Amino acid sequence: MCQNRQGGIIMRLIFEYEKQKQSVYLPECDVESIELSQKRERPLHLPSLGEITITRHYTELAKQTHGVNDGFYPLGSCTMKYNPKINESIASDRHFTDIHPLQDESSVQGCLKVFKEAEKMLCEICGMDAFTFQPAAGAHGEFCGLLLIKKYHEMRQDHKRTKIIVPDSAHGTNPASAAMAGFQVVSIPSGEDGCVDLDALRAAVGEDTAGIMLTNPNTVGLFDKHILDITQIVHDAGGLCYYDGANLNAVMGIARPGDMGFDVIHLNLHKTFSTPHGGGGPGSGPCGCKAFLKDYLPGKMAEENESGLEFVQPANSVGQIKAFYGNFLVVVKALAYLYSLGSEGIRSSAQNAVLNANYLMHQLKDHYHVAYDTTCMHEFVISLDKEKHEQNISAMDIAKSLLDHGIHPPTMYFPLIVHEALMIEPTETEAKETLDHAAEVFKKIKEKAVSNPQAVHEAPYMTPVRRLDEVKAARELHLRYVFDDEK
Amino acid sequence: MSVHEKCYYTESHEWVLPQEDGTVLVGLSDYAQNELGDLVFVNLPEVGDEITAHESFADVESVKAVSDVYAPVSGKVTAINEELLDSPEKINEDAYGAWFVRVECEFDPSELMDSKAYQAYLETL
Repeated sequence: MCQNRQGGIIMRLIFEYEKQKQSVYLPECDVESIELSQKRERPLHLPSLGEITITRHYTELAKQTHGVNDGFYPLGSCTMKYNPKINESIASDRHFTDIHPLQDESSVQGCLKVFKEAEKMLCEICGMDAFTFQPAAGAHGEFCGLLLIKKYHEMRQDHKRTKIIVPDSAHGTNPASAAMAGFQVVSIPSGEDGCVDLDALRAAVGEDTAGIMLTNPNTVGLFDKHILDITQIVHDAGGLCYYDGANLNAVMGIARPGDMGFDVIHLNLHKTFSTPHGGGGPGSGPCGCKAFLKDYLPGKMAEENESGLEFVQPANSVGQIKAFYGNFLVVVKALAYLYSLGSEGIRSSAQNAVLNANYLMHQLKDHYHVAYDTTCMHEFVISLDKEKHEQNISAMDIAKSLLDHGIHPPTMYFPLIVHEALMIEPTETEAKETLDHAAEVFKKIKEKAVSNPQAVHEAPYMTPVRRLDEVKAARELHLRYVFDDEK
Repeated sequence: MSVHEKCYYTESHEWVLPQEDGTVLVGLSDYAQNELGDLVFVNLPEVGDEITAHESFADVESVKAVSDVYAPVSGKVTAINEELLDSPEKINEDAYGAWFVRVECEFDPSELMDSKAYQAYLETL
């Protein structure tokens, strides 16, 4: 059960209601019924509620969430841009929804064309030659890309390449995906400027280097000016270069990872290409590559033949990494976005994302310590390290205080190379008025924190639940509801 | 932040405490535990594993992040502190009591910082 701010119970779990007469809309059962109850050791715990109770229950839950439709959501690296409703409208067309993955290809040519068109556009934006849409999310796309790198070295009979280089500023998924794909991870320190330290990279590469994983702009929101040197160093050592597309929103339509020297890439359609994150998802993490890796792509690719389009499995494919063709409707939504914006719109989205981030950074820089005080890309990092040591005000205190103002906190304690970090990414879809309001809130919280630190230690005040005990939550895991007859 | 006088330290904040039987105990410094915050999980190697200086041999997870713990020496793990697996908070409570592993190795103190040098190093951070 959930306790409200006065300590009273405001919400029950769906299992905690007394049984009610159900609203029934189900048609008559037209197949033979089978009695299974003798095999069941305990009765099933299915809630039995009237429609009005269910509606109120879920409406109440919905009121307690915060999504991009509710307010500002500057969650760094996650690119929480607005998801245009036209995407949903197009993806709900019955010609996209009322199909089956096993139906004859000749009857779903339009859907194959969606894949082909989306692939062409993403190739153009990224400077790649092919894309698979099988991966269901970003880390899945990373895993897929790493399998391509692995396959490339295997096909060349080069079995000593076991290491993937990852800068210490990388997203946590990078080393995790590399380990999952069977590589050893070599972490290299970032330079003073937050970018890759070229000497450290030169020292790390060798005959055992399978590749490097990088984001550019990097996780502190800076474009690595040495990117061509970096990819050259890795290529000279015989490794491949992997681009984590998490931060593509800053450069799409302007600079292409393929031109920077990257061989493999994943994108997050649910970040950069305006499809929903999380519960509203699912996600999609297409993986792209240069032509020399195309033969290893997983699953089936939409290819042109004499009569139209057909699905073809690449000759030396790494296999299936998801059932069928990935999350197809997400690709439809992303394609709707690409068509809506066009090449000019894609470019100006990136420009406005960078403009918005710089505008907000300039509003805040006299009130917060900006970790890298230079023109940023689509996001920037502030650090509460000094305040933490001198006044005991933490990044967590600021983040929790923002909740009381209807603003989703920025990404916290990341990247790891900045202590007490708050990573702020406003995205291009926020109006100046929203940014001005957010800046005012940030300033107000900082003033309050300095004059009365205890007040921010206790934030949030206005949320359904107050400050949670995160340590206890991590140490004492309760992963599901325990029914009375299980106790 | 306390520094244990008899320990030797790395720049990545691991400590080494030489034992009378020639083995060493290895742990994480008080500064490190304080920076990491409340620890919620610890992964340790297994008895018999070979660890290599400067390479990760364990990891610790706080509510903020998972961090590698780097081996300050090369050698063979002869014991692990199993208590930490169930009670990672021991590291926060008593960083110099909460040893991670016992290692059989040729220990050369000159390769690490002594407590004075480590104290001076902490002041530069």
